[in-house]
Amino acid sequence: MYKIINADFLADNIKRFVIEAPKIAAKRKAGQFVIIRLKDGGERIPLTIADSDITNGTITIIVQGIGKTTKELNTFVAGDFILDVVGPLGKASHIENFGTAVSIGGGVGTAIAYPTAVALKNAGNHTIAIIGGRTKDLVILEDELRQVCNEVYPTTDDGSYGFHGFVTQKLKELIDNGTKIDFVLAIGPIPMMKAVAETTRPYGIKTVVSLNPVMVDGTGMCGGCRAIVDNKTVFVCVDGPEFDAHLVDFQTLERRNKTYREHETESLHNYLCHFDKAFDEGLLSKI
Amino acid sequence: MADLSKKERMKIPRQPMPEQDGFERSKNFKEVNLGFTEELAKMEALRCLQCPKPVCIEGCPVEVKIKDFITLVAAGDYLGAASKIKEDNMLPAICGRVCPQEEQCEAQCVVGIKGESIAIGRLERFVADFEREHGGLRNPEIKTKTGKKVAIIGSGPSGLSCAGDLIQMGHDVTVFEALHELGGVLIYGIPEFRLPKDIVKTEIESLKQLGVDFQTNAVIGFTDTIDELMQNGYDAVFIAVGAGLPYFLNIEGENLNGVYSSNEFLTRVNLMKAYKFPDYDTPVFNVKDKNVAVFGGGNTAMDAVRTSKRLGAKNAYIVYRRSDIEMPARKEEIHHAKEEGIEFILLSNPLKFIGDAQGWLTGVELLKMELGEPDSSGRRKPVPVENSNYILDIDMAVIAIGNGSNPIIQQTTPELQFNKWGNILVNDETMATSKKGVFAGGDIVTGGATVILAMGAGRKAAKAINDYLIQN
Repeated sequence: MYKIINADFLADNIKRFVIEAPKIAAKRKAGQFVIIRLKDGGERIPLTIADSDITNGTITIIVQGIGKTTKELNTFVAGDFILDVVGPLGKASHIENFGTAVSIGGGVGTAIAYPTAVALKNAGNHTIAIIGGRTKDLVILEDELRQVCNEVYPTTDDGSYGFHGFVTQKLKELIDNGTKIDFVLAIGPIPMMKAVAETTRPYGIKTVVSLNPVMVDGTGMCGGCRAIVDNKTVFVCVDGPEFDAHLVDFQTLERRNKTYREHETESLHNYLCHFDKAFDEGLLSKI
Repeated sequence: MADLSKKERMKIPRQPMPEQDGFERSKNFKEVNLGFTEELAKMEALRCLQCPKPVCIEGCPVEVKIKDFITLVAAGDYLGAASKIKEDNMLPAICGRVCPQEEQCEAQCVVGIKGESIAIGRLERFVADFEREHGGLRNPEIKTKTGKKVAIIGSGPSGLSCAGDLIQMGHDVTVFEALHELGGVLIYGIPEFRLPKDIVKTEIESLKQLGVDFQTNAVIGFTDTIDELMQNGYDAVFIAVGAGLPYFLNIEGENLNGVYSSNEFLTRVNLMKAYKFPDYDTPVFNVKDKNVAVFGGGNTAMDAVRTSKRLGAKNAYIVYRRSDIEMPARKEEIHHAKEEGIEFILLSNPLKFIGDAQGWLTGVELLKMELGEPDSSGRRKPVPVENSNYILDIDMAVIAIGNGSNPIIQQTTPELQFNKWGNILVNDETMATSKKGVFAGGDIVTGGATVILAMGAGRKAAKAINDYLIQN
């Protein structure tokens, strides 16, 4: 059992959890993830470790409520327990002083890009962050990134905040304005990562993405998370999760991630109905 | 018992295992074999000739005192028989179910020369079940505590048997398990209908009662390295992590939606209970009224294909590139699979998987084979029949062709020596690795093998670790 020490919403539906897990806190490096299981009968889902505090023995994860498990997790509050947290898993980000390094986060992907941005800064890079969201409220961790990055550019699809447009447009603008970029890390929805890869490809800028396939064990045992990189099959959990964006077959990744779409819809529907019922009963009991 | 002559004993036929009806059971996950009744067990035990030199024991990797326990069964002392087995094997309810006795103890049995051998496995199972169901679980004695601590990595059969021996020798034992549940392949791999999970849990519970400490969610290499375990006070380490990196066929279309490794398919169903979706959260491909092909001819392939049938598959095929004579699966499993309506497509080799525009599997192209000269494994080598390609329509595929070595220990423990397949190199006698105080056994050393061989390795390692701890 792993205790939630603190929990707060960063945006509508995006919640930050500080969880007691001293061993993982002491060990984890940027880019690594944990697998969690909320309770008996629950599924195992991978979540990137956003931050850790060795002194207090905690790790931070940031969760967007999309499916049943993430939505249910986002109802958890400080003092609640998560049944299983295992990690740190996967290979750590490859960090070196590239020169100028751009970390791009799309939506909750910013939470995953954040620790690597910190590591890139600590390695001596001139660090730029481009963080996007559909709208202002979905741009997260701006203050945290401003504390570590040399430049931070929020972008919104609707123009409600920062640069009006996609993260790729901002990236292109920087490149066209003569900023010499040596390294790009992009983490977010698959179409965004694919677009970043296509943006940097003509310039030959080294670009890395963190993949988010469906996983079960997270230790290489099942092969469910396999993806195609450089025309070869890889197991994202043990060979990744970070790969050269210019070699990733995003189409296969996107397609494989849809394998359980019907199950996910059913599971979420059942959960929400149950949740509504419980909510209604709760209300009724108070009337 | 003593009043029966040898001739009379020989006249008693091998007692049949009561089992669930084939059609009925192909729709449920309950255990197939129902187990001997007392009457059947006694009758079976009377068939044993009580050889002065019981060769059956030579066929057992952990040398269970077979003749002695069968004598006790014949006398009706089932609890005594259970204690006798447990002198050598802490997990009899598991071994009685999944050991390939027909290749081991029963293959040696003298009665088997002219007739059918004694059903040693079925008797072992009966005795273990009787003990459990009649509240007779008795803990063996534990020697005076030595103050030495041993870390065991992996809670599968090798780790569990090693833990059981070391705790009785007086050492403190901690077993580290990467998953959230204990038992390794016994939990995630072997299905409920062949090995009920409650039985595994009971056997693990008895180890806990002996004082074995279990830690789940511990991926050694990541959570702690082996060096850190030794710095943290463990005097010896036993690596029993299993094989655990599935092989694929490396053919076109293998990443289409609907293509699984057997590890993933079985883990979803067994460990994560996907057959109870949506009551359990983890889904698995919905095979109801669909066609499923499982590639491979081992026990895991049988487990996967029989599982898919139970999940409602219309047609469930085994596709194997040799003939049924070469199949490595136990005869009993093949027989059970056939009874449950599994279709065997033999001498057929998959060339590529075919998908629809959305990337879902729709079929597999197969090439017919015929048997040629024996190959390096001694089995006749399958050779292609030209222009015999055809397409089998399938909606789900499971690849069950074995496992390579999981890379995590190798990546995080550079001093260990490995062969080119990633198996840890050990001294055959002591299971000692190239790193002082570190031992290894089971599938991570041998490559994918059987539960009992892994247990045998665990016991061998326990003896060697005990010697090592006394000397150091």
